[in-house]
Amino acid sequence: MEAVSIEDLKQKAIELRQTALTMIYEAQSGHPGGSLSAADIMAVLYFKEMNVNPSDPKWDDRDRFVLSKGHVCPIQYAALLLRGFVPYENIHTLRQYGSPFQGHPDMKKCPGIDISTGSLGQGLSCAVGMAIAGQRDEKSYRVFAMVGDGECQEGQIWEAAQAANKYKLDNLIVFVDDNGLQIDGTCEEVMPNLDLERKFEAFGFETKRINGHDIEEIVRTLDEVKAAKNGKPKCLVCNTVKGKGVSFMEHSVGWHGVAPKEEDYRRAMLEIAGGLQP
Amino acid sequence: MTVETKEKKVKIATRDGFGHEIVELGLKNKNIYVVDIDIGKSCKTTGFMEKLPKQHINVGIAEQNAAGISAGLATTGKIPFISTYAVFGSLRMAEQIRQEVCYPNLNVKIACSHGGLTPANDGGSHQAIEDMGVLRTFPNMTVIMGADYYSTRKLVAQAAEHYGPVYLRFTRDAVPVIYDENEEFTIGKAKRLREGNDLAVIANGDTVHLALEAVKRLEQERFSVTLLDMHTLKPLDREAVVDCAKLGKIITVEDHNIINGLGSAVSEVVAETGGCIVRRIGVQDKFGESAPYEKLMEMNGITVENIVNTAKGLLSS
Repeated sequence: MEAVSIEDLKQKAIELRQTALTMIYEAQSGHPGGSLSAADIMAVLYFKEMNVNPSDPKWDDRDRFVLSKGHVCPIQYAALLLRGFVPYENIHTLRQYGSPFQGHPDMKKCPGIDISTGSLGQGLSCAVGMAIAGQRDEKSYRVFAMVGDGECQEGQIWEAAQAANKYKLDNLIVFVDDNGLQIDGTCEEVMPNLDLERKFEAFGFETKRINGHDIEEIVRTLDEVKAAKNGKPKCLVCNTVKGKGVSFMEHSVGWHGVAPKEEDYRRAMLEIAGGLQP
Repeated sequence: MTVETKEKKVKIATRDGFGHEIVELGLKNKNIYVVDIDIGKSCKTTGFMEKLPKQHINVGIAEQNAAGISAGLATTGKIPFISTYAVFGSLRMAEQIRQEVCYPNLNVKIACSHGGLTPANDGGSHQAIEDMGVLRTFPNMTVIMGADYYSTRKLVAQAAEHYGPVYLRFTRDAVPVIYDENEEFTIGKAKRLREGNDLAVIANGDTVHLALEAVKRLEQERFSVTLLDMHTLKPLDREAVVDCAKLGKIITVEDHNIINGLGSAVSEVVAETGGCIVRRIGVQDKFGESAPYEKLMEMNGITVENIVNTAKGLLSS
C-alpha cells in the first residue's frame, strides 16, 4: 500500500466507527461496544499494515486476519466495505438472510473473511494453523489475530499460545483488545484476567502493552515488533475503552450487544465525527 | 453384484490400515498433514512422523487447539488429518469441529482410533459409543468406518480425495481381513457381501466380520440373507437400504450406541420410505466398563449368536 499518514488513519478510524454503528443501527442488532474499542487497531491494519488485495481476496500470499472475538464483526465489515472487498450497498444488510454480513463472520459468505468465527476462544488456534502453513511453505505473509480480554478466559487461547511458542511463529501478531468489560460486568468481577501482558510473555510471546486508541503508538509499536525475526510470536496488549468515541457508550457494559435507537444514533454519529482524544 | 470375501486367517487392526495408508498419501502429496495429540504411537502415526516431519504437527494434549490449527491449515490448501482416540476426536473437540471445520466446510479429516468398545480395559470413559452419532448431525460432515485393513486403507485414500470434513473411525483390536487388497470402495456406496431373499443384515466396522459369520451359519440352515457393509454412515446409501427393506426384515449391527448410529440411520430411511421391521443390535444405550473386549461385546449382544438368533426370531414370526 502507498504511504498513509497518521492523520489519514485517524480519519479512517472515524469512518469505520460511523460505518459500523450505521450498520448496527439499521439492523437494530449487533455489538457496538467492542466494535468501537477495536476501531483504531482495525484502521491501522486495514489501511496501512496488511498486504491484501480487495480484487483477489483469496490471494495465496496475502496477510491473514482472524477476528477471534467474532461478535465485533461490524467493525471488520466496515473495513471490508471501505476497502472495496464488498459492494457498498451491503451496508444495509447486516444480520439479514443471504447477506455477506452475517451476525458473526462467515468466510463462505463474505469476501475478505479468512476464517469463520463466533464461538469465543477458537480463532487464535486457526491463526496458529495459518502461521504454521506460511512458515512451512516459506511464505512471507503474516497472520494477524484479534482476541478480546474476556475471551482470554477460554482455555483454548492458551493452548493456541503454547503452540505458537513451540512452532516459533514470528509471523503471528496478536492484538488483545483489553477493554476490561464483558457481558455480565467487568472482567475483574466476572473472572480476573490478571496480567495479560505477563501471561503472553510467559507463553513465549514478545509482548508490549500500548494505548489501543493512539494510532501513532499502534503504528510505531507494530513497526518495532514486526521487524524482529526472533522466532517469537508477537502480542500487543492494547488498553482500550469499550464504546470508545461515543460518550454515553464508553465504559458501559450496557452497550455490549445493544443497538442504538434513532436519537442515540444521531448523537453518536456527531460525537464520532468530532474525533478522538487518545 | 456381490463381493467374493476372503477366508484369510490374517487379522490386523484398522488403525494399522490408517497408519500405513497415510504415509503413502503423504509421500505422494505434500499438502497432506498429520496433526497428532500426543498419542501417535497408539494411533499409528509414528511412521508418518519419522518419514514426513515437515508435514507433521504434534500439538500436545490439546484437542480443541488441534481442531482450530487444522482449520487454519486447511484455509491454506493443506489436507490435515487429526489423529487421536475416537472419544476425544468426536466429543472433546465437537464444538470446534462444528464451528471451525463443518460450518465453513473446510477440508479437515478427523481420523480416530479406538472407536466403539475397543478401548475395553480402559473402561467406559475411553470407549467411544456416541462418536459417529454426534458427528453425523453436523452438516457437511462425512462419516466412515472401514470393516478391515484393506477397506480402511482404500477409504482413507478416498477421504483424502474427497473435499470436505470427514470423520474416519478405526479400532484398536485386530479384525479378520475380509476383502481382497484390490477391492475398490466408494464413499456413500455400501458393499453387498451377500445377496439373499429372506432378510437383510446391515453392519459396519468391526461388526461386519461377525455379521458375515452369522450369515454363513444361517445359510447352512438354508436361509437366504442379504448382507451389507455400510462403511459410510453419512451420506447413507439410501438406495441400498430401500432395497433391503423390500425383504421386510432388517437387522443392523454396530459397535456404537443403537441411538443415532447405524441402526438409527437405517431406521430413518426405512420409516421415510415405506417401512419394514428393523432390529438394532448394538450398545443398548448404556456405558461400558473395564472388561476384555469380547466380554463387553457379549454384554451388549454384539455377537454372532445374537445375530443368528435375532434372524431366526424374525424369520419365524
